[in-house]
Amino acid sequence: MSLLQEPAAPVHPHEHPHDHEHSHDHGDGHAHDHAHPHSHDHGDHHPETIPLEQNLLAKNDLLAARNRGWLEGRGIRAFNVMSSPGAGKTTLLVRTLTDLGDRLRAGVIEGDQETSLDADRIRAVGRPVIQINTGAGCHLDADMLRRGLDALDPETGSTVFIENVGNLVCPALFDLGEAAKVVVVSVTEGDDKPHKYPHMFMAADLVIVNKADLLPYVDFDVDGFRRRTRQINPRTEFLVLSATTGDGLAGWYDWLGGTSSRSSTLTESLTDTLSP
Amino acid sequence: MHELSITQSLIDAVLDRTGERTVTAVNLRVGPLSGVLPDAMRFCFDVASAGTPLEGARLMIDEPRGLARCRSCDDEFELADLILLCHCGSADVEVLRGRELMLLSVEVA
Ligand SMILES: Nc1nc2c(ncn2[C@@H]2O[C@H](COP(=O)(O)OP(=O)(O)OP(=O)(O)O)[C@@H](O)[C@H]2O)c(=O)[nH]1
Ligand SMILES: [Mg+2]
Ligand SMILES: [Zn+2]
Ligand SMILES: [Zn+2]
Ligand SMILES: [Zn+2]
Ligand SMILES: [Zn+2]
Repeated sequence: MSLLQEPAAPVHPHEHPHDHEHSHDHGDGHAHDHAHPHSHDHGDHHPETIPLEQNLLAKNDLLAARNRGWLEGRGIRAFNVMSSPGAGKTTLLVRTLTDLGDRLRAGVIEGDQETSLDADRIRAVGRPVIQINTGAGCHLDADMLRRGLDALDPETGSTVFIENVGNLVCPALFDLGEAAKVVVVSVTEGDDKPHKYPHMFMAADLVIVNKADLLPYVDFDVDGFRRRTRQINPRTEFLVLSATTGDGLAGWYDWLGGTSSRSSTLTESLTDTLSP
Repeated sequence: MHELSITQSLIDAVLDRTGERTVTAVNLRVGPLSGVLPDAMRFCFDVASAGTPLEGARLMIDEPRGLARCRSCDDEFELADLILLCHCGSADVEVLRGRELMLLSVEVA
């Protein structure tokens, strides 16, 4: 350590998001904790450049691919639901589970930072829910989802909703192995979100505009928002709804039914109940 | 601040290859469309490498420019953000360069 750094000022910006007490798999098969006690000969190494050429998200992407394989093998659909804090993710999930009742076998993985309040709201509807406390962490990663799935132990052919940490920045970069990414934006947030958070909107399979019941009271241009979203991501689907009044929820249930084509029984049961 | 957890995986990936050898430099390539801020990574690197064999290593970040090609008019142009719009009006734009988030190499003592 150089003298300049000596006083070791506690420059920690915030708590370490990923408290590394892990014994993760390092791809080469060995699991160990973080002192890295590699036992090899330290005889006479010479200075050298070691080429590595790897993506920095490679480890997360590998774990996500494993999750995806595990889920697909069991016919389980996982949806990664992301938004700013308070856009209405939990409200939408509670409403969905209540409305669809026994027609949708679903569990929830809650990525709350500190509290278990959201998990309690899901539990109150009588559905299995696992809470992952991310502490100061601002997103879920594939390893956390792995642990969440181990704990939730979802049934074959069921649906898993993952409520990510309320944050539009970094959850976009961390693939979890989900079947689809759902981004919820509420009309009280302003319609310039796509250009401010392009990675999130680029990653989205479905963009939901929530709190549509408040449209008369706020300055949110739905068409402008849709246009800006398409500039970032021309292929994403788009829904406008209110999770509290229920307006527009049929479109969301259709979407859930449509993406469930891999488990046909669910599609049938959903279309049966939702067709007029 | 995802840069901190990405920096942590960077340090993990390096240590998996270098063990206890002292790392003197780390070479990265971080594009402007990667979603990661090089300055934030530099800051996180000092914090996260403390007490590891990477402490004090130089973090060299190559920052290429973003480059895109329009599928409608075939023009290539610089892309500073992820708004995929060509001057010809087409949004059918392919990102050629700028999303890199690569650990290139390390130098060890
Ligand atoms: N008017 C209106 N309010 C809504 C709607 N959906 C959610 N809300 C309200 O918005 C607030 C936040 O909703 P939550 O469901 O907790 O939001 P969240 O995205 O889960 O929030 P975090 O988990 O903290 O990120 C609550 O007071 C909800 O009642 C809606 O469609 N219309
Ligand atoms: Mg919530
Ligand atoms: Zn994060
Ligand atoms: Zn972040
Ligand atoms: Zn490790
Ligand atoms: Zn063009």
